[in-house]
Amino acid sequence: MSTDLQTPAPAATQSQNDDILLSVKDLHVWFELKKWGFSHVGWVRAVDNVNFDLKRSEAIAIVGESGCGKSSLMKTLLLLNRPREGQVIFEGKDISRLKGKELKWYRSQVGYVQQDPYGALPPFMPVHRILDEPLVINGVKDKRERQRRIRTALEEVALTPVEDVLNKYPHMLSGGQQQRVVIARAMILEPKLLVADEPVSMLDASVRVEILRLLRKLQEEHNLSVMYITHDLSTVRFFSERIFVMYAGKLVEQTHIEGLLDNPLHPYTVALLTGTSEPDAANARKLKEVPPGEPPSLVNPPAGCRFHPRCAHAIAGVCDVDEPPDFEPVPGHVVKCWLYKEGRTSYPEA
Amino acid sequence: MTDNTLLKVEDLTLYFKTRRGDVQAVDHVDFELPKNKAVVILGESGCGKTSMAKAILRLLPRNVSQYSGKIFIEDQDVMPLSDEEYRRQVRWVKISMVPQAAMNALNPVLRAGDQVAEPAMVHLGVDKAEALELAREMFQRVGVPEDFLTRYPFELSGGMRQRVAIATALITHPQLIVLDEPTSALDLLTQANIMNVLKTIKWETGTSYILITHDIATSSELADKVAVMYAGQIVEVNDADRFFAEPLHPYSQKLMASVPRLHGHDEPDFIPGRPPSLLNPPTSCRFIDRCHLRFDKCSADPPTFFADGHPVKCWLYEKEASDAIIPDSSK
Repeated sequence: MSTDLQTPAPAATQSQNDDILLSVKDLHVWFELKKWGFSHVGWVRAVDNVNFDLKRSEAIAIVGESGCGKSSLMKTLLLLNRPREGQVIFEGKDISRLKGKELKWYRSQVGYVQQDPYGALPPFMPVHRILDEPLVINGVKDKRERQRRIRTALEEVALTPVEDVLNKYPHMLSGGQQQRVVIARAMILEPKLLVADEPVSMLDASVRVEILRLLRKLQEEHNLSVMYITHDLSTVRFFSERIFVMYAGKLVEQTHIEGLLDNPLHPYTVALLTGTSEPDAANARKLKEVPPGEPPSLVNPPAGCRFHPRCAHAIAGVCDVDEPPDFEPVPGHVVKCWLYKEGRTSYPEA
Repeated sequence: MTDNTLLKVEDLTLYFKTRRGDVQAVDHVDFELPKNKAVVILGESGCGKTSMAKAILRLLPRNVSQYSGKIFIEDQDVMPLSDEEYRRQVRWVKISMVPQAAMNALNPVLRAGDQVAEPAMVHLGVDKAEALELAREMFQRVGVPEDFLTRYPFELSGGMRQRVAIATALITHPQLIVLDEPTSALDLLTQANIMNVLKTIKWETGTSYILITHDIATSSELADKVAVMYAGQIVEVNDADRFFAEPLHPYSQKLMASVPRLHGHDEPDFIPGRPPSLLNPPTSCRFIDRCHLRFDKCSADPPTFFADGHPVKCWLYEKEASDAIIPDSSK
């Protein structure tokens, strides 16, 4: 990693916009590939030049398939990865180089809801200890105060009566209840930002909606900002503000949910929407249109647009040569695709 | 039983012995599968759908306390067969299976082609060269490039490994393939791809499927019939056309209402509560605690009623009953 970048910027240096909680600028998360542990052979460009702002109490959904970089982006926001280049600005501070106490402060401001609740909870700790831990680490010394907060957190995620749950171990709870404990743990330090990584993909269909509603309720009541990461387009409506589509390390489309459903622009987004099934018996009588091939390796991504080898609308000499910049064919709807260079405002019919 | 029936399961029961008593994983289940059709078994985790698949294929763990009922494959009752006869005559000959997370179940030290070829060598009695030739054909059928025959599983992506697992089930040309959550660990577009492969195979070779899943939306890609399982029992069997439009059993209705949709503005709902423990299932209707339509009759276990010829285990359909089956008194 290059070390000649700036040290953490103090609060005052960034232009303050009180409305914006988190701002990601020119973010690159690359992982080094080494041979025999030391000689450099290349980079995995997991996140490449990503920019966006997240407002206070706003929810953003990031949609993409595995390997598209959505988890790397999320882990960078949690500072589990450090970016190679670019800035992550949280409340006016560049947090990407934080250390020590400031890092601890930042982590207390960000809650994390993991994908697999059973894997995310320590099997040897009862619920009350799981929830106590973040409070102890963050210096809540008064035991009564801690107990009060644990209680409130459990009530908030509707794990009641609280007494029944406090002494249980994770394996004694159902999947939905485990996920509630995970959410309670993420919420107990009263964070400003909640990062939810596929919070319902491991759960049964019948409880998914319950957990999504709970997350939405918490978002509304606490004015939380939420980053909701998923591969399932049919659940993003729950956080019906902005939605980003990610492909091979790039944000290829950014828009509002209605814009995405009614007027998808990027060929990849169109493929995702076509690929999503709705329960309908007619599905069984026809084949689905799926773009050929698989997402590219991020070590050697294709030149030009990274989707061009799979794209039905690829323009030879353009898409395979130059990387598309952001176009904004419809106000508030940004897409990285050459199709929209000359004023087109909707996806071309087949 | 008509000529067109491939599989008929009658009163199939599978209980497991545990220290706390018997787990009634599959409890007196009946259903039928016509040739070249796909039946989807829908249900929440723990409802016994995987146990039922294992009961049909007789892939049983050691702690079985009761395994009974009848399984007819084209008029032949396979239950009286000994384990060895079953293995030779039925498993992988007539029925094969793509187990859950099959893509992670491939042997890491064998080449993909060799793994696909193995069932052909065991069950069709062909030599290795011929078996590999068959494997090559299967690779084409499931859409894996031929040069992947000599690759190891770790060199393949998840979707490719899943296809290899399907090829392994296909190579002996079984009439029926049991697919246990074949796409749940895969990405959206890969899922759609695998569903396309399965559909094409069904149309081209006349194979039947039992598809076990909890993903209702994806299941509609393959379903001709839908069987809904709840707490070890099948509570409804219906045609796909009818089921996805207006399911009969209250549980099916709630399941359908819990599916988030891409279009349309109906907010999906969830099902409060949890299924009962299968250690001591209640003597009432098993869905009673979570049902929005319960009434006083529900305190007794409902028999199977027929609504327009579709079996439903719910007292609401008593009026329409023309041909009620009284549940087994041994319970």
